[in-house]
Amino acid sequence: MPPAWPTLPELAPIETLLSLFAQASLFELLAPSPPGWGGTLLRGLANSVQIALGAFGIGLLIGTAGAYGKLYGGPVIRDLMEVYTTVVRAVPELVLILLLYYAGTDLINRMLEAMGQPRIDISGLVAGIAVLGFVQGAYATEVIRGAILSIPQGQIEAARAYGMSPLLLLRRITLPAMLPFAIPGLANLWLIATKDTALLAVVGFNELTLATRQAAGATKAYFTFFVAAGALYLLLTLFSNVIIGWVEKRARRGIPAVGGAN
Amino acid sequence: MANAFEVTSAPAPPLRAWFKPHRIVLIAIAVGLVVLAATTMRWDWIVRYWPLALQGLWRTIWLLVLTCTLGFMLAVPLGLAQAAGPRWLAMPASAFCTVIRGTPLLLQLWLLYFGLGSLFPQFPWIRESELWPYLRQAWPYAVLGLTLSFAGYEGEVMRGAFAGVPRGQLEAARAFGMSRTKVFRRIWLPQAIQRALPTLAGETVLQLKATPLVATITVVDIYAVAGRVRQDTFIVYEPLLLLALIYLMITGVIVFAFRRLESRIPSRLG
Repeated sequence: MPPAWPTLPELAPIETLLSLFAQASLFELLAPSPPGWGGTLLRGLANSVQIALGAFGIGLLIGTAGAYGKLYGGPVIRDLMEVYTTVVRAVPELVLILLLYYAGTDLINRMLEAMGQPRIDISGLVAGIAVLGFVQGAYATEVIRGAILSIPQGQIEAARAYGMSPLLLLRRITLPAMLPFAIPGLANLWLIATKDTALLAVVGFNELTLATRQAAGATKAYFTFFVAAGALYLLLTLFSNVIIGWVEKRARRGIPAVGGAN
Repeated sequence: MANAFEVTSAPAPPLRAWFKPHRIVLIAIAVGLVVLAATTMRWDWIVRYWPLALQGLWRTIWLLVLTCTLGFMLAVPLGLAQAAGPRWLAMPASAFCTVIRGTPLLLQLWLLYFGLGSLFPQFPWIRESELWPYLRQAWPYAVLGLTLSFAGYEGEVMRGAFAGVPRGQLEAARAFGMSRTKVFRRIWLPQAIQRALPTLAGETVLQLKATPLVATITVVDIYAVAGRVRQDTFIVYEPLLLLALIYLMITGVIVFAFRRLESRIPSRLG
């Protein structure tokens, strides 16, 4: 049920709305130092960005390995990768986060106990990054697999003919050549990563959404704080879009522009 | 930027592909794991929570179908406004899509439920209106939030779909003397939907994956039931595993249904 709200004296609707924003003015609420909650929100945002960066990085690593497994692995590895990407993409992130969060910390502690070590408290930051990275990896696998398939086959064959080792081939040819094809998909994944950090609020990690809820609960100014947090997320997205556009332009240099419909 | 990841892209493997030697071994291992889970884990709670779980499942499906339908109906004008509308319509529509796609759904739901929920009681005319008994419950906010989210993502897809219909088709229809609304109804919309159909399956799966978020605003869907089991009995893994399985099966049904739908619609594009 919506939180109880002290009844105000009967006012005309517009005046009520105005008085709502006027009460304990907006700037006081969002001030960066302790009486205001702006600092808490910004710290939450910093945590969110940190998790998103970590998860995206892990996702890229898993994605590259997964794409290689799917493309060049043996039949067993291919099937296992298929199961991984299918399951992760079909089950809600929220369920995966809970499952991996509980199971992961439990498993590590059991292993430590079996080895005679004391239990450790796994920080929310590390667990969050690991769990979201695992989820991102499944999507990244598909994006990178598609991008590798888009590289003209001759380039890879030529590199093999030069006698390049698989690692050198990956570093010099496959990764740079697939980048322009992968960037739109990876950019999309980055935006999803920034928004998925909000899900960690459900397991109690203090990122932007949970910080906002605490601020809103303490001051009862629910509307103001959720709008403010929304604006922060939106700024992050728009800022990311600028960077992405710049990276994409750089990755595509030397490639003739294709006249697309859009 | 398409948000959908193609869930339906890979064609279904032929039945014989399932009986390669390595697959038989893998399937045997999987069956072994399932049997191990069924025998060594605790499942006695299922009997007690069965009716509640069924209710939750029904609510999840009902939310999914309703919000996808409403969201799609909202996405058509949003896409049309962006693809062909005048500036004063295109700008707000694209701003709406950007805002919805740029903020987490969890935050949108909380903004609607806690934010609007705390604003509404201050207006006496809302409190006295006929809608008030509904506005005090959680599900209208859940439906609204999920609908707007679906409309935001799908509106962007429909923009591309509307823009992708060849001009010649529309000009030919106009030359036949069809009115603007008839061109839209008979030519433009059907072809746009056909173009959007492959991503629609992906969007629907994404929407399914978004439904558990409504549990955080006290709507008791299937996810909330699993949480309840965890709280009541301190059994952690079993409900979550079963939950994952249920979502997998619903996803399977969605993908299968869209595949059927796509194969029924002739795919020749002019």
